[in-house]
Amino acid sequence: MYVAVKGGERAIDNAHQWLAEERRGDLAVPELTIPQIREQMKLAVNRVMAEGSLYDPDLAALAIKQARGDLIEAVFLIRAYRTTLPRLAASRPVATGAMAVDRRISATFKDLPGGQVLGPTFDYTHRLLDFALMAEGEPPTGAAPLSPIPFPPGGGEAPGPAAPPDAASDAPPSPRVGEGWGGGAPRLPHVTGFLNRDGLIETAEASDRTPPDLTREPMELPADRALRLQALARGDEGFVLGLAYSTQRGYGRTHAFVGELRIGTVAVEVEIPELGFAVEIGEIELTECETVNQFKGSRTEPPQFTRGYGLVMGQSERKAIAMSLVDRALRWQELGEDFTGAPAQDEEFVLMHCDNIQATGFLEHIKLPHYVDFQAELELVRKLRAEAAALREAAE
Amino acid sequence: MTPSSAEARKAWIATLAKAPPARLADLMPSLPPHDLLRAPEVGAVMVRGRTGGTGAAFNLGEMTVTRCSVRLGSGPVGHAWVQGRDKDHARRAAVIDALMQTDAAADLAARVIAPLQAEAEARRAARAAKAAGTKVEFFTMVRGEDN
Repeated sequence: MYVAVKGGERAIDNAHQWLAEERRGDLAVPELTIPQIREQMKLAVNRVMAEGSLYDPDLAALAIKQARGDLIEAVFLIRAYRTTLPRLAASRPVATGAMAVDRRISATFKDLPGGQVLGPTFDYTHRLLDFALMAEGEPPTGAAPLSPIPFPPGGGEAPGPAAPPDAASDAPPSPRVGEGWGGGAPRLPHVTGFLNRDGLIETAEASDRTPPDLTREPMELPADRALRLQALARGDEGFVLGLAYSTQRGYGRTHAFVGELRIGTVAVEVEIPELGFAVEIGEIELTECETVNQFKGSRTEPPQFTRGYGLVMGQSERKAIAMSLVDRALRWQELGEDFTGAPAQDEEFVLMHCDNIQATGFLEHIKLPHYVDFQAELELVRKLRAEAAALREAAE
Repeated sequence: MTPSSAEARKAWIATLAKAPPARLADLMPSLPPHDLLRAPEVGAVMVRGRTGGTGAAFNLGEMTVTRCSVRLGSGPVGHAWVQGRDKDHARRAAVIDALMQTDAAADLAARVIAPLQAEAEARRAARAAKAAGTKVEFFTMVRGEDN
């Protein structure tokens, strides 16, 4: 049987024209510009860059405008654009220890070297609608910046640089606030770094083995940790958040503390073949989360803390924390833990479902014409009903 | 190229790459005649991170990059790889890289590179100062008797 497979062009053209009108909305309201979206909807831009897996704030802002604020549609546009770009190189791994931090907090050490830097955070806001933002006019950013709280309180001499922790001592490292390990470049040491020195936490040995790339080769399971981190870094924030939350509620519990959360910019360095050396080609904003998790010991290893890791493009701490929890949950096999059947422990479940573009593609395709499939089902149901009716008649 | 001159070149290439394109165009509005060895080309660089910040490398995601190579009439070749999709930025940076290998270097270092570096440092310092303003200083309360 044949069904009409052509037609509808005029309807489609008209639908797209109407879409453009709806995108623009009320003409009496000024049109949004790309810089406005980039600057004032920055966290949406960040999410589109992270899940679109392409760092370009202007393109992400354009995608958000074109998608009428539908962020998954915007991610789709970015992913589609990305496929048109030639891959020129891979960067050297970014040095998050050298990050210029806007925010850096630890939930495990109050007095960590370099201090707790809150940055531009929603934390400690009251989550009350601010009607002042609805009024026209200048935002209050023109006001004089608040000065830091004087330290020590009441004046006097500021504390000197802290000494590095004493590896021989039992005392946990707790240097005084503010000065880092004493002089030098403004590098903030990772919290896990000083737990490492005491052997209290597993180490992450550096390796420059070329990592697998799921944008080049289809993902194969079991995946190694590098592949899992790539998939999670571009995974849907909501999905990764839900999985992370499930581990906290007991489905693959890992007892995570946020050892450190940092947001800031890092330089991207690329080996340039025509130059024969590596140069910095730009700077990107990243959010990094390291969790410190329940300790375990084995016959060969003394009890020590384990780690989960999250790294996301842009300022996106919910995603980074969630990623680090899911990363840790997925490490059950490597760390000799039990598989409890929790979704967050199931690599296939997590990796095959965390990509919102794959998910959207398959989910939404069912709205497209399935006339022939459905016609077949219709025929079948009619036939079954006729047979059932015949049986009933024969029985009577 | 000696190690020190390679270091100097690395520094100016990085400065040019990270410069705001409009500011670079302000400082260097007109370019001398040059041939394009590689016309400005937009592509992607895969940015890598390290597991746990220090461990094995993994692919984080890509960033847009534009590269360009030029040759001045007098011979020197300049290269640029700059973040983003601004072809003029890449071309201008490549021409300046070539000029920095000529007698014009001292003048350009003072007129273009130094101001860009100073402005980048000022932006960084301003942001660092804002961050420092949000640093928590804990007040410790002494409770009980410790002797």
